Amino acid sequence: MSTTMTTTNQNVSHDTERSKDTNGTAQRATYQPRFDIWEGDDELVLYGDLPGVDSDNLDVNFENRQLTIHGQVSHCHDEEGYLFSEYGVGDFQRTFTIGEAINGEAISAELHNGVLTLRLPKSEHAKPRRIEVQVR
Amino acid sequence: MLATRWEPWSELNRLSREMDRLFGRSGSVATGVSTFPAMNVWGDNDNLYAEAELPGFSLDDLEIYVIANQLTLKGERRPPEHDGGTWHRQERGYGKFSRTIELPGDIDAERVSAEFKNGVLRVTLPKSEAVKPRRIDVKAN
Repeated sequence: MSTTMTTTNQNVSHDTERSKDTNGTAQRATYQPRFDIWEGDDELVLYGDLPGVDSDNLDVNFENRQLTIHGQVSHCHDEEGYLFSEYGVGDFQRTFTIGEAINGEAISAELHNGVLTLRLPKSEHAKPRRIEVQVR
Repeated sequence: MLATRWEPWSELNRLSREMDRLFGRSGSVATGVSTFPAMNVWGDNDNLYAEAELPGFSLDDLEIYVIANQLTLKGERRPPEHDGGTWHRQERGYGKFSRTIELPGDIDAERVSAEFKNGVLRVTLPKSEAVKPRRIDVKAN
């Protein structure tokens, strides 16, 4: 197991923690989304499940090796009168600490059907390099 | 249910998720941990509404069946494909699922509609005429 990726939980200490909205009025739940993380020679690829988030309400930040993903779920119906209530609806937040050197300028994000795909290209000096052996 | 590829390091995450699901996100209806997808169902006078989070699916991958008062959802999600490299985390589930829930009254199957937006499925289930509340006109003679 490589230590390239570490989850930082300082912002969301628990899945079901209630947190204040940005305007400090409404109380809503914040959940930690599930992620798959793949590393190839040239890039890291992150896949995250963010159901209910559209691209306007998604915030991805990369600073100081910290990658923070925050998604606001715009749609929220009245929770009264549920016949089945098996999951809670709320915002998503997760922070990863990236060990590899990443070219922050070239990070790309795509959101499709509630799945976020983040591509983090490695910096040139972090890529594996084939050393040419010169024959004299 | 969705099967997650074996990844020992994700087991702790998974355990904590199951705990949250049992004690945190789950509501009034107690369900087994193997139930996928989790569903919220509510209703008004005319319709019942069923909602499920299905990120990474599309309407083409989903089958929705309504028989009398039963709603069945089926679908499949395929894992992203990469050659070589290393998976550091695999927390998301893949594979086929099928779930049937029993609704409190019969549904007019002909008029069921489904909407899929940002990975959230909402099925609108019109109540059949027989179970709708009916106002009886009282005639004065």
